Amino acid sequence: MTKPSLLIARAALAALACLFFASTAAAGEGEGMEAANTHIDNISSLQSGARLYFNYCSGCHSLKYMRYSRIAEDLKLSDDEVLKNFAFTGAKIGEMAMSNMPEADAEKFFGKAPPDLSLEARAKGPDWIYNYLKSFYIDSTRPSGWNNTVFPNVSMPNVLWELQGVQHADYAPAKPGEDAHVEKLELASKGTLSPTQYDDAVRDLTTFLQYVGEPAALKRESMGIWVVLYLAFFTFLAYLLKHEFWKDVH
Amino acid sequence: MAIEGVDQGRRRFLTATTAVVGGVGALAAVVPFIKTWEPSARAKSAGAPVLADISKIEPGQKVTFGWRSLPVFVVNRTQPQLDALKGEDSRLKDPNSDNTDQQPTFAKNGTRSLKPEWLIVIGICTHLGCVPDYFGELKPEPFDPDWKGGFYCPCHKSRYDLAGRVFQGVPAPANLQVPPYKFMDDNKHVMIGVSPQGAA
Amino acid sequence: MATAPIRIQPKNRILAWIEDRLPIQSFLATHTSEYYAPKNFNLWYYFGSLALLVLVNQIVTGIFLTMFYKPDAAQAFASVEYIMRDVDWGWLIRYMHEVGASMFFIVVYLHMFRGLMYGSYKKPRELVWLLGMLIFLALMAEAFMGYVLPWGNMSFWGAKVIISLFGAIPVVGDALVQWIMGDYVPADATLNRFFALHVIALPLVLLLLVVLHLAALHEVGSNNPDGVEIKDKKTPEGKPLDGIPFHPYYTVKDLFGVGFFLILCAFLIFFQPTLGGWFLEPDNFIPANNLVTPEHIKPVWYFTPFYAMLRMIPAKLPGVITMFVGIIALFLVPWLDRGRVKSVRYRGLGYKIGLGLFVISFVMLGAVGAGVTTEVIPQWFGANADVTTIENAFGRFWLAIYLLSFVGLWAYTYFGFEKTKPVPERVTTHD
Repeated sequence: MTKPSLLIARAALAALACLFFASTAAAGEGEGMEAANTHIDNISSLQSGARLYFNYCSGCHSLKYMRYSRIAEDLKLSDDEVLKNFAFTGAKIGEMAMSNMPEADAEKFFGKAPPDLSLEARAKGPDWIYNYLKSFYIDSTRPSGWNNTVFPNVSMPNVLWELQGVQHADYAPAKPGEDAHVEKLELASKGTLSPTQYDDAVRDLTTFLQYVGEPAALKRESMGIWVVLYLAFFTFLAYLLKHEFWKDVH
Repeated sequence: MAIEGVDQGRRRFLTATTAVVGGVGALAAVVPFIKTWEPSARAKSAGAPVLADISKIEPGQKVTFGWRSLPVFVVNRTQPQLDALKGEDSRLKDPNSDNTDQQPTFAKNGTRSLKPEWLIVIGICTHLGCVPDYFGELKPEPFDPDWKGGFYCPCHKSRYDLAGRVFQGVPAPANLQVPPYKFMDDNKHVMIGVSPQGAA
Repeated sequence: MATAPIRIQPKNRILAWIEDRLPIQSFLATHTSEYYAPKNFNLWYYFGSLALLVLVNQIVTGIFLTMFYKPDAAQAFASVEYIMRDVDWGWLIRYMHEVGASMFFIVVYLHMFRGLMYGSYKKPRELVWLLGMLIFLALMAEAFMGYVLPWGNMSFWGAKVIISLFGAIPVVGDALVQWIMGDYVPADATLNRFFALHVIALPLVLLLLVVLHLAALHEVGSNNPDGVEIKDKKTPEGKPLDGIPFHPYYTVKDLFGVGFFLILCAFLIFFQPTLGGWFLEPDNFIPANNLVTPEHIKPVWYFTPFYAMLRMIPAKLPGVITMFVGIIALFLVPWLDRGRVKSVRYRGLGYKIGLGLFVISFVMLGAVGAGVTTEVIPQWFGANADVTTIENAFGRFWLAIYLLSFVGLWAYTYFGFEKTKPVPERVTTHD
């Protein structure tokens, strides 16, 4: 290959690479988000996340694309364990993990029905969920008594407050023409978990929701390694074959 | 292209190896596509075991339940009906239920059932899939002067006795299929779709 | 070359009988073992066969997806999740289709760039180029309609924005928009007709165009990185001196390329199926909602350069016209370029610079269209920077470069500014 085309090729590839990296950085969602550091192949984290989800979230939220049977299979639990510990609605094992709150009631309580969480982790990202669940604070101006720095004026109260404790907001002094904004959150009264334990609990819950967003992810990555290795071997053979035949070409 | 200095052996070997390895990969890639046609999780969930209330079924009566969208016949057989099952062997194709595809092992017996009086079979003719009619009375019928009760398929005149065993001389090849089932502890309900523990 | 078809007489009587009536072996031989391609193809010449591979992948996976997908506004979104969760291996087929769509554009863009770089659009290959551009147009329509089918919120708003482009047409615009949608917003009727077009009408068009593209190519023969016509120098038997039979030499070479390409695809499918939101956008995991527009509305990456052309013009009709000019200009390249030398290797410095600027402008417009600049400007210019002004200045600058590179190409070659190097008689190198 002569120089100019090589240069152009390199320039084009470099530009593409820049674009890609600039954007993955941008896609990392708003600044100041703490990384959730979830590992969806960690079964015990998934199990503990599922327990938290069904005890604290499933009263109001549904997972309308998630079957109990799939949870049992993927989280290495028996059907009976899943039905007893997670299915409070009297659902059967193959059915979807729906909340037991009728939609009309939900609208009455919260103004609008709590969203289905099947795809929440795919739409918002695990980091968002993790930070959101850590960012509730007491706000008497809100109907629920709670507010959230990640999702301002959210209708949902902090259902995990017993575990986390209660956070108060420190407001930065208001600049002229601007509303006072929350500078940081402080733990005013302790919960049953220490802050690090609470972080772990929220991480487990996030991990579970990430799994729920894409159950195939468990299988996907472990399979992918073998597919790539096979293809590498095939490509190596194809290279030898090409090399052999091209000995003819002078 | 016959060109000097070419190692034809190596060339053939590499071609064959690449073809075989590539072929294996292509076959493996076909598997997921074939598997998508298996019953999905939704179909499996809809085909889950069904709880059937049998407490209201009178002796001699047949009630049909749905399981996996199939009609499941539940017959409460009377003593005369049970007695009629014996001594018909010479007229049947498979009197001893030797075709193991047609029933779980727990039903490979004279009545093809867990409990003698309760016949539970899938009501699908083994010929071409029609639903046979129930003729429970022991009396001559237009299609059989020696009728001792059983099932008669309107499509192609296949006949089965009251254990779902197929008669000779009819197009249906096999006995009616017995689904896996178990009696619940209250003896008023049957779970269709699962075998009792310890049985297969 | 196809001008003189090969006749094969099989010894086997059955095969001979068939061959007399349907010369299938002769056809295959004419286009493989007796089709002579230049021996100096480089890396850039893999992308044609790879595009064909991706097309096959899209058709096969697409056929399987239609077995489970429901083209119904009330069920479409759930049916995609049904594929992803309840259908055995459904997730793999869906990811193959979705990653395949992006790979299609990567491969096609590189293939087009190769054509520009080595002058493959020039006489006698103008029709090859035109048919290729038609494939590109059909592919854009195909990809757009496919993107609508999952009926996520990005599908809905993408459909709304793109269909609204037709509203810019004077007089009939509004009526046309309503006719395309079959409703007052993108709705069930829209989804249904897009489904029909996506799964049958456009694939038929694409296949036909691909066949014509290849037929035209085989008639005139492939170009090469030196831009030398290999037909001009032949052996006494009439074979091109610098040509080698496509089969086995390029079949084994392309097989290697396919292997390498599949590694990349497998990596994406199994480890990065959404590629951080570039292949599947997070907002498309939210069901279509005609009341809430996604915060960062933008098309998938492969449309972003054209989307930027639209956005950088502050009026509706001129914006739409600019975007179409940006596409149509590519069709005209064979006639805009008056130079005789094909390959960039022997062309003047101005051509090299122009081509480089053209590529950079395309990528930069892509970055603007994808909203990368919106994210990056506050980081570079401080939080109080006027994002819109900076972005518009940046985007319009590259839009001007993009459009000027076509004008420049014509002026540079028409007025004889170009100082070319001598083109060799035979191809130079091969790998």
